[in-house]
Amino acid sequence: MIKISNHTHAALSDQQPQKNLLHVLGKTMTDRNEAVSDVPNWEELREYARQVKSHTLSRLNYYLEELENKVQEKGAKVIWAETPQQAIEFILDLAHQKKMNRVIKSKSMLTEEIHLNQSLERFGIDPIETDLGEYIVQLAGETPSHLIAPALHKSRGEIASLFVEKVGMSATDDVVEITATARRILRDHFLTAQIGITGVNFAVSETGTIVVVENEGNIRLTASVPEIHVAMMGIEKVIPRQSDLSVFLKLLTRSATGQKITSYINCLTGACRNGEMDGPREFYLVLIDNGRTRILRDDYLRQTLACIRCGACQNVCPVYQRLGGHAYGSTYQGPIGAILTPQLGSVDKAPEHSFASSLCGACYEVCPVKIEIPHILLKLRNKTQTQKNNKAAHLPIEKWAMQLWSWSMQSSYRYERLAACCRVMFKILAKREKLKSSIPLLKLWMEHRDLPIFPEQSFRDFYQSRKQEK
Amino acid sequence: MKVSLFVSCLVDQLFPLVGDSTVKVLQKLGIEVEFDRRQTCCGQPAFNSGYVQEARQVASGLLEIFENAGTIVVPSGSCCTMIKIFLPQLFPKGSKEEMLAREISKRTFELSDFLVSVLGVTSVGACFSEVVTYHDSCHLLRELHISSAPRQLICAVEGINFREMEECDRCCGFGGMFSVKFPDVSAAIGEDKIRRIEQSGAQYLIATDVSCLMHLDGLLRRNQVPVKTMHLAELLAQ
Repeated sequence: MIKISNHTHAALSDQQPQKNLLHVLGKTMTDRNEAVSDVPNWEELREYARQVKSHTLSRLNYYLEELENKVQEKGAKVIWAETPQQAIEFILDLAHQKKMNRVIKSKSMLTEEIHLNQSLERFGIDPIETDLGEYIVQLAGETPSHLIAPALHKSRGEIASLFVEKVGMSATDDVVEITATARRILRDHFLTAQIGITGVNFAVSETGTIVVVENEGNIRLTASVPEIHVAMMGIEKVIPRQSDLSVFLKLLTRSATGQKITSYINCLTGACRNGEMDGPREFYLVLIDNGRTRILRDDYLRQTLACIRCGACQNVCPVYQRLGGHAYGSTYQGPIGAILTPQLGSVDKAPEHSFASSLCGACYEVCPVKIEIPHILLKLRNKTQTQKNNKAAHLPIEKWAMQLWSWSMQSSYRYERLAACCRVMFKILAKREKLKSSIPLLKLWMEHRDLPIFPEQSFRDFYQSRKQEK
Repeated sequence: MKVSLFVSCLVDQLFPLVGDSTVKVLQKLGIEVEFDRRQTCCGQPAFNSGYVQEARQVASGLLEIFENAGTIVVPSGSCCTMIKIFLPQLFPKGSKEEMLAREISKRTFELSDFLVSVLGVTSVGACFSEVVTYHDSCHLLRELHISSAPRQLICAVEGINFREMEECDRCCGFGGMFSVKFPDVSAAIGEDKIRRIEQSGAQYLIATDVSCLMHLDGLLRRNQVPVKTMHLAELLAQ
């Protein structure tokens, strides 16, 4: 079970990373806002994309089969994996069969979700991450802390010392030098790798094309140099038509990094064909469920799967801005992580995720596919509270208190009596600081804030006395 | 014209002056104000914490009280959102309660929205010669999409010096039960806000929700920042 509240203190006490985080996310949002303001029909595009996703998700079986057929027509193989184990076993079998163990990877949240690297490592295969951020995170033995910028939590100095320690770079904190070091090392891996594993941003069912978006060029190499290319995707990544790509790419790159277009957009259809010089000899597409069909069953919550992993909701979220990604303790973090994590697993395993939000709604405002994150959070909170073993109750006797509160609010008589009791209680407490902090709710409030001052009279009494005066 | 006031439990019990100021402002504009003493809460604390059944029970009472109340004015963006957006969702589709909730939703207005959009008034004849800034509360801004009405009202106050703060639309960190479930995160976000308030050079922070103001006032006092908080209604009654 993941408890975010266990990590907030540590996350908030690290002052420097916090300042960096606020600065970087603020800059990304400024770039994003500028890029978005260039598109006069942004709102129409968002709505269009939402509708395409909603339509596709409601007929996912149809489009997945179409995708499978088209991919097979191009001479590639499709593997259906209901569980992470099935996906991992496929890779292990493939490596075993082909007697290959040199594996490189490009950035993919799905492979993080199923803990692919750790599983392969157990069987003697050490996949090398080729995205710079992912490479840094891998060297440090950590996990990504952001959808787009996995090493966001690391400062330049930390990365420099990591490179000195792990790959023998001579001491420098020059970004160009650090990057060049990574480039040199990774170049060897690109040229000697036998299997390249990539993720998928979009899979177009009408053509059997997978689309992967990047800035570094490492995906293109991962997908084309090794003899075998394995693309792994969650089943929700399919879109029906190639023509819709223009809309999704416009939304994705602007939302993610504020770029009008990324340096590379790879549209890959099948393996290398006869007479072609470049490309893998074999191409496999692994379709992974891992709880997604369960999410599909709920007409409303289904929209969670429309996410195109741009990270804009993380950049704009005040909670994420303050905590960073790792405090969430899950693969997916920030607002999208708060709704995805409890649904991919169960609310029991991540009972606090849906509560770690002030419900400010900034995430919905920037979401390029209009996922109603705040309203989904409310639905998930309700799901959590109605569980038999409610593990989300942070406060003692929370449910009883809420029931008592509800009962009191159902009659103005009871409401007024309760308020009168509180007024008396606050009077008694007024100058007794110790006593005050023995009441859990007040203690939590007073740790950081002064209490409001209870007035002598309620509005209703004030109103009545004024009316009587007249 | 006659309106019915839903003041919210927080205003009723902790900030009676906000309720009183709302009455004064409306009366000054020739509006007859009714206050039904049977009202309690909109159910939001339970609803936002996932206790939907408990929220529904409270909301049912609200439906009964306001069934024939005509236009309803609420001096709170978040309680108004609860009534306008979430109340209809609490009841089964097509039920009598749902229909009534939808009907009530249509005739419920947040105070600034009521003044500017319904009455077409921006100047209510208030005078206040101080430097003020405005915090957009999240529900008012992102659920009800109201951002210009409160600013128009503030700017029309005689003698006022209005200074927009940076990130005026960033959450204050209150978030209802969030403020006690994750008190350290809530306070950290609030401290970002009070820094922005300080930077604006304002002496008064104006907002439409006493919940945001209660949280920020608590932080301002704790951090000894000499800025006072004031609900929009209180400003307009000056």
